[in-house]
Amino acid sequence: MKAAVLVFPGSNCDHDAYYALKHVAGIDAEFVWHKASSLDGFDAVVIPGGFTYGDYLRTGAMAKLSPVMGAVRRFADAGGPVIGICNGFQILLEAGLLPGAMIVNESLRFVCDHVHVRTETERTPFTRGIPEGTVLKIPVAHYQGNYFADEATLDALEARGQVVFRYCDPDGDATRESNPNGSARNIAGICNERGNVVGMMPHPERCAEEVLGSADGKRIFDAMAARRRGRSA
Amino acid sequence: MKAKIYVTLKRGVLDPQGKAIRTSLAHLGIDGVQDVRVGKFMEVTLSEMDAGEARRRLDEACRRLLANTVIEEYRIEIGGPGETG
Repeated sequence: MKAAVLVFPGSNCDHDAYYALKHVAGIDAEFVWHKASSLDGFDAVVIPGGFTYGDYLRTGAMAKLSPVMGAVRRFADAGGPVIGICNGFQILLEAGLLPGAMIVNESLRFVCDHVHVRTETERTPFTRGIPEGTVLKIPVAHYQGNYFADEATLDALEARGQVVFRYCDPDGDATRESNPNGSARNIAGICNERGNVVGMMPHPERCAEEVLGSADGKRIFDAMAARRRGRSA
Repeated sequence: MKAKIYVTLKRGVLDPQGKAIRTSLAHLGIDGVQDVRVGKFMEVTLSEMDAGEARRRLDEACRRLLANTVIEEYRIEIGGPGETG
Protein backbone atom coordinates (compact mmCIF):
# COMPACT_ATOMS: atom_id res chain seq x y z
CA MET A 1 0.00 0.00 0.00
CA LYS A 2 1.42 3.29 -1.13
CA ALA A 3 -0.58 6.49 -0.74
CA ALA A 4 -0.18 9.76 -2.64
CA VAL A 5 -0.69 12.92 -0.58
CA LEU A 6 -1.49 15.67 -3.06
CA VAL A 7 0.06 19.09 -2.48
CA PHE A 8 -1.48 22.20 -4.02
CA PRO A 9 -0.44 25.81 -3.48
CA GLY A 10 -2.19 26.53 -0.19
CA SER A 11 -2.52 22.96 1.10
CA ASN A 12 -1.73 23.04 4.81
CA CYS A 13 -2.75 19.65 6.19
CA ASP A 14 -0.49 17.74 3.82
CA HIS A 15 2.23 17.09 6.40
CA ASP A 16 -0.32 16.04 9.04
CA ALA A 17 -1.87 13.59 6.57
CA TYR A 18 1.57 12.26 5.59
CA TYR A 19 2.50 11.80 9.25
CA ALA A 20 -0.75 10.01 10.13
CA LEU A 21 -0.42 7.70 7.13
CA LYS A 22 3.24 6.91 7.42
CA HIS A 23 4.12 7.14 11.08
CA VAL A 24 0.81 6.21 12.73
CA ALA A 25 -0.87 3.80 10.31
CA GLY A 26 2.33 2.48 8.75
CA ILE A 27 1.29 3.21 5.16
CA ASP A 28 4.02 4.12 2.71
CA ALA A 29 3.24 7.71 1.68
CA GLU A 30 4.65 10.20 -0.77
CA PHE A 31 3.88 13.84 -1.53
CA VAL A 32 2.70 14.51 -5.08
CA TRP A 33 2.85 18.08 -6.37
CA HIS A 34 -0.32 19.31 -8.11
CA LYS A 35 1.47 19.65 -11.45
CA ALA A 36 2.01 15.89 -11.69
CA SER A 37 0.06 14.27 -14.49
CA SER A 38 0.26 10.66 -13.32
CA LEU A 39 -0.53 8.68 -10.19
CA ASP A 40 0.99 5.46 -11.48
CA GLY A 41 2.37 3.27 -8.72
CA PHE A 42 -0.01 4.54 -6.04
CA ASP A 43 -2.72 2.48 -4.37
CA ALA A 44 -4.60 5.34 -2.72
CA VAL A 45 -4.89 9.11 -3.01
CA VAL A 46 -5.36 11.57 -0.15
CA ILE A 47 -6.37 15.15 -0.95
CA PRO A 48 -5.56 17.04 2.24
CA GLY A 49 -7.10 20.13 3.76
CA GLY A 50 -5.97 23.70 3.44
CA PHE A 51 -6.85 26.80 1.48
CA THR A 52 -5.82 25.92 -2.07
CA TYR A 53 -5.34 29.05 -4.18
CA GLY A 54 -6.49 31.14 -1.22
CA ASP A 55 -10.06 29.89 -1.70
CA TYR A 56 -10.29 32.33 -4.63
CA LEU A 57 -13.66 32.36 -6.39
CA ARG A 58 -14.95 29.35 -4.42
CA THR A 59 -13.25 26.75 -2.23
CA GLY A 60 -11.63 24.19 -4.52
CA ALA A 61 -12.63 26.01 -7.72
CA MET A 62 -9.08 26.64 -8.87
CA ALA A 63 -7.59 23.38 -7.60
CA LYS A 64 -10.03 21.33 -9.66
CA LEU A 65 -8.18 22.59 -12.76
CA SER A 66 -4.71 21.51 -11.59
CA PRO A 67 -3.09 18.88 -13.85
CA VAL A 68 -3.09 16.22 -11.12
CA MET A 69 -6.88 16.28 -10.99
CA GLY A 70 -7.03 14.65 -14.43
CA ALA A 71 -4.95 11.82 -12.98
CA VAL A 72 -7.20 11.68 -9.90
CA ARG A 73 -10.24 11.32 -12.16
CA ARG A 74 -8.63 8.43 -14.07
CA PHE A 75 -7.50 6.83 -10.81
CA ALA A 76 -11.03 7.09 -9.39
CA ASP A 77 -12.63 5.83 -12.60
CA ALA A 78 -10.40 2.75 -12.35
CA GLY A 79 -11.77 2.10 -8.86
CA GLY A 80 -8.80 3.44 -6.91
CA PRO A 81 -9.54 4.72 -3.40
CA VAL A 82 -9.55 8.52 -3.08
CA ILE A 83 -10.28 10.51 0.07
CA GLY A 84 -10.66 14.27 0.24
CA ILE A 85 -10.48 15.84 3.68
CA CYS A 86 -11.96 19.31 4.31
CA ASN A 87 -10.61 21.40 1.42
CA GLY A 88 -9.92 18.07 -0.30
CA PHE A 89 -13.65 17.31 -0.03
CA GLN A 90 -14.43 20.75 -1.45
CA ILE A 91 -12.09 20.05 -4.38
CA LEU A 92 -13.79 16.70 -5.10
CA LEU A 93 -17.18 18.47 -5.12
CA GLU A 94 -15.95 21.21 -7.46
CA ALA A 95 -14.38 18.59 -9.72
CA GLY A 96 -17.71 16.79 -9.92
CA LEU A 97 -16.23 13.57 -8.51
CA LEU A 98 -18.79 13.85 -5.71
CA PRO A 99 -22.28 15.42 -5.91
CA GLY A 100 -23.36 18.65 -4.20
CA ALA A 101 -21.56 21.80 -3.09
CA MET A 102 -20.36 23.61 0.02
CA ILE A 103 -21.75 26.94 1.12
CA VAL A 104 -20.78 29.22 4.01
CA ASN A 105 -21.55 27.88 7.50
CA GLU A 106 -25.03 28.78 8.69
CA SER A 107 -23.50 30.58 11.68
CA LEU A 108 -21.26 32.72 9.41
CA ARG A 109 -18.43 31.70 11.73
CA PHE A 110 -15.31 29.66 11.14
CA VAL A 111 -15.98 26.51 13.15
CA CYS A 112 -12.98 24.95 14.88
CA ASP A 113 -14.05 22.27 17.32
CA HIS A 114 -14.16 18.58 18.14
CA VAL A 115 -17.40 17.09 16.83
CA HIS A 116 -18.93 13.64 16.76
CA VAL A 117 -19.81 11.85 13.56
CA ARG A 118 -21.74 8.61 13.09
CA THR A 119 -20.41 6.15 10.57
CA GLU A 120 -23.22 5.36 8.15
CA THR A 121 -21.64 2.77 5.90
CA GLU A 122 -18.81 0.32 6.04
CA ARG A 123 -18.68 -0.12 2.28
CA THR A 124 -15.93 2.42 1.49
CA PRO A 125 -12.19 1.63 1.62
CA PHE A 126 -11.92 4.23 4.40
CA THR A 127 -14.65 2.87 6.67
CA ARG A 128 -14.27 -0.86 6.19
CA GLY A 129 -14.03 -2.40 9.64
CA ILE A 130 -15.80 0.56 11.27
CA PRO A 131 -19.29 -0.84 11.94
CA GLU A 132 -22.32 1.20 10.92
CA GLY A 133 -23.43 3.37 13.83
CA THR A 134 -19.92 3.79 15.25
CA VAL A 135 -19.49 7.30 16.70
CA LEU A 136 -16.11 8.92 16.06
CA LYS A 137 -14.78 12.06 17.72
CA ILE A 138 -12.98 14.12 15.08
CA PRO A 139 -12.17 17.84 14.84
CA VAL A 140 -13.54 20.17 12.18
CA ALA A 141 -12.04 23.49 11.07
CA HIS A 142 -13.81 25.27 8.24
CA TYR A 143 -15.84 28.26 7.12
CA GLN A 144 -17.47 26.61 4.12
CA GLY A 145 -18.62 23.23 5.36
CA ASN A 146 -22.36 23.63 4.96
CA TYR A 147 -23.13 20.76 2.60
CA PHE A 148 -25.80 21.56 0.05
CA ALA A 149 -27.52 19.44 -2.58
CA ASP A 150 -31.06 19.61 -3.91
CA GLU A 151 -33.65 17.32 -2.31
CA ALA A 152 -33.61 14.84 -5.19
CA THR A 153 -29.81 14.47 -4.91
CA LEU A 154 -30.03 14.08 -1.12
CA ASP A 155 -32.70 11.39 -1.48
CA ALA A 156 -30.55 9.60 -4.06
CA LEU A 157 -27.51 9.77 -1.75
CA GLU A 158 -29.50 8.21 1.08
CA ALA A 159 -31.08 5.56 -1.13
CA ARG A 160 -27.74 4.48 -2.58
CA GLY A 161 -25.93 4.41 0.75
CA GLN A 162 -23.64 7.31 -0.17
CA VAL A 163 -23.83 9.12 3.15
CA VAL A 164 -20.66 8.02 4.96
CA PHE A 165 -20.64 10.24 8.06
CA ARG A 166 -23.32 12.31 9.80
CA TYR A 167 -22.77 14.90 12.53
CA CYS A 168 -24.30 13.61 15.75
CA ASP A 169 -24.21 13.97 19.51
CA PRO A 170 -21.95 11.69 21.62
CA ASP A 171 -24.77 9.11 21.73
CA GLY A 172 -25.01 8.97 17.94
CA ASP A 173 -28.19 10.99 17.47
CA ALA A 174 -28.00 13.30 14.46
CA THR A 175 -29.61 16.28 16.16
CA ARG A 176 -29.80 19.85 14.93
CA GLU A 177 -27.63 20.97 17.88
CA SER A 178 -24.87 18.57 16.90
CA ASN A 179 -24.69 19.96 13.36
CA PRO A 180 -21.80 22.48 13.41
CA ASN A 181 -22.40 24.16 10.07
CA GLY A 182 -25.96 23.68 8.89
CA SER A 183 -25.19 20.82 6.51
CA ALA A 184 -28.20 19.24 4.84
CA ARG A 185 -29.30 16.16 6.78
CA ASN A 186 -26.26 16.53 9.09
CA ILE A 187 -24.02 15.23 6.31
CA ALA A 188 -20.31 15.29 7.25
CA GLY A 189 -19.05 12.92 4.57
CA ILE A 190 -20.24 11.20 1.40
CA CYS A 191 -18.97 8.80 -1.22
CA ASN A 192 -19.58 8.30 -4.92
CA GLU A 193 -21.98 5.62 -6.10
CA ARG A 194 -19.21 3.06 -6.41
CA GLY A 195 -17.94 3.86 -2.91
CA ASN A 196 -14.26 4.34 -3.77
CA VAL A 197 -14.24 8.17 -3.60
CA VAL A 198 -14.95 9.67 -0.18
CA GLY A 199 -15.12 13.29 0.96
CA MET A 200 -15.36 14.35 4.59
CA MET A 201 -15.15 17.72 6.34
CA PRO A 202 -13.74 16.46 9.69
CA HIS A 203 -9.97 15.95 9.95
CA PRO A 204 -9.03 12.36 10.86
CA GLU A 205 -5.32 13.20 10.49
CA ARG A 206 -5.65 15.60 13.42
CA CYS A 207 -6.88 12.91 15.80
CA ALA A 208 -4.87 9.81 14.98
CA GLU A 209 -3.14 9.56 18.38
CA GLU A 210 -4.47 9.77 21.95
CA VAL A 211 -2.11 12.63 22.74
CA LEU A 212 -4.20 14.74 20.33
CA GLY A 213 -7.38 14.25 22.34
CA SER A 214 -8.75 11.42 20.23
CA ALA A 215 -7.30 8.56 18.23
CA ASP A 216 -10.52 7.89 16.33
CA GLY A 217 -9.10 9.25 13.09
CA LYS A 218 -6.58 6.41 13.04
CA ARG A 219 -9.40 3.99 12.30
CA ILE A 220 -9.87 5.59 8.88
CA PHE A 221 -6.18 5.20 8.02
CA ASP A 222 -6.15 1.69 9.49
CA ALA A 223 -9.04 0.82 7.14
CA MET A 224 -6.84 1.98 4.25
CA ALA A 225 -3.85 0.00 5.52
CA ALA A 226 -5.94 -3.17 5.85
CA ARG A 227 -6.96 -2.98 2.23
CA ARG A 228 -5.00 -5.56 0.31
CA ARG A 229 -2.79 -4.20 -2.40
CA GLY A 230 -4.35 -4.35 -5.84
CA ARG A 231 -7.83 -5.20 -4.63
CA SER A 232 -10.44 -2.97 -6.25
CA ALA A 233 -12.77 -0.88 -4.14
CA MET B 1 -14.78 45.14 -25.26
CA LYS B 2 -16.24 44.80 -21.79
CA ALA B 3 -18.61 42.32 -20.30
CA LYS B 4 -20.23 42.05 -16.90
CA ILE B 5 -20.96 38.80 -15.14
CA TYR B 6 -23.26 38.50 -12.14
CA VAL B 7 -23.10 35.30 -10.13
CA THR B 8 -25.76 34.83 -7.46
CA LEU B 9 -26.94 32.00 -5.25
CA LYS B 10 -29.98 30.21 -6.61
CA ARG B 11 -33.29 30.79 -4.91
CA GLY B 12 -33.66 28.06 -2.35
CA VAL B 13 -29.98 28.08 -1.41
CA LEU B 14 -29.59 29.63 2.01
CA ASP B 15 -27.56 32.84 2.00
CA PRO B 16 -26.37 33.37 5.60
CA GLN B 17 -24.50 36.55 4.62
CA GLY B 18 -27.60 38.05 3.05
CA LYS B 19 -29.62 37.18 6.14
CA ALA B 20 -27.05 38.81 8.45
CA ILE B 21 -26.98 41.96 6.28
CA ARG B 22 -30.77 42.19 6.30
CA THR B 23 -30.74 42.01 10.11
CA SER B 24 -28.03 44.69 10.29
CA LEU B 25 -30.03 46.98 8.03
CA ALA B 26 -32.99 46.59 10.35
CA HIS B 27 -30.71 47.51 13.29
CA LEU B 28 -29.76 50.68 11.40
CA GLY B 29 -33.42 51.56 11.22
CA ILE B 30 -33.57 51.03 7.46
CA ASP B 31 -36.97 49.41 7.31
CA GLY B 32 -38.79 47.58 4.59
CA VAL B 33 -35.87 45.44 3.42
CA GLN B 34 -37.43 42.03 3.06
CA ASP B 35 -34.49 40.05 1.74
CA VAL B 36 -30.83 40.52 0.75
CA ARG B 37 -28.93 38.14 -1.50
CA VAL B 38 -25.14 38.53 -1.79
CA GLY B 39 -23.46 37.66 -5.07
CA LYS B 40 -20.36 38.27 -7.14
CA PHE B 41 -19.80 40.81 -9.88
CA MET B 42 -17.03 40.33 -12.42
CA GLU B 43 -15.94 42.78 -15.08
CA VAL B 44 -14.26 41.07 -18.00
CA THR B 45 -12.25 42.72 -20.75
CA LEU B 46 -12.31 40.79 -24.00
CA SER B 47 -10.53 41.27 -27.28
CA GLU B 48 -12.86 42.64 -29.95
CA MET B 49 -15.22 39.99 -31.21
CA ASP B 50 -18.77 39.43 -32.27
CA ALA B 51 -21.17 39.89 -29.31
CA GLY B 52 -22.66 36.45 -29.90
CA GLU B 53 -19.23 34.86 -29.84
CA ALA B 54 -18.35 36.77 -26.64
CA ARG B 55 -21.51 35.52 -25.01
CA ARG B 56 -20.78 31.95 -26.08
CA ARG B 57 -17.28 32.06 -24.60
CA LEU B 58 -18.40 33.67 -21.35
CA ASP B 59 -21.25 31.21 -21.01
CA GLU B 60 -18.71 28.40 -21.18
CA ALA B 61 -16.48 30.25 -18.68
CA CYS B 62 -19.40 30.54 -16.27
CA ARG B 63 -20.42 26.92 -16.60
CA ARG B 64 -16.90 25.56 -16.21
CA LEU B 65 -15.39 27.91 -13.63
CA LEU B 66 -16.96 31.23 -12.73
CA ALA B 67 -20.18 29.78 -11.31
CA ASN B 68 -20.96 26.51 -9.56
CA THR B 69 -24.32 25.67 -11.08
CA VAL B 70 -25.18 23.35 -8.19
CA ILE B 71 -25.72 26.43 -6.03
CA GLU B 72 -25.35 29.47 -8.29
CA GLU B 73 -26.88 31.06 -11.36
CA TYR B 74 -25.28 33.66 -13.59
CA ARG B 75 -26.15 36.51 -15.91
CA ILE B 76 -23.91 37.91 -18.63
CA GLU B 77 -24.08 41.45 -19.99
CA ILE B 78 -22.02 42.16 -23.08
CA GLY B 79 -20.87 45.70 -23.74
CA GLY B 80 -19.64 48.63 -21.67
CA PRO B 81 -20.42 52.33 -22.03
CA GLY B 82 -21.58 53.06 -25.56
CA GLU B 83 -21.88 49.39 -26.40
CA THR B 84 -24.91 47.21 -26.30
CA GLY B 85 -25.28 43.51 -26.06
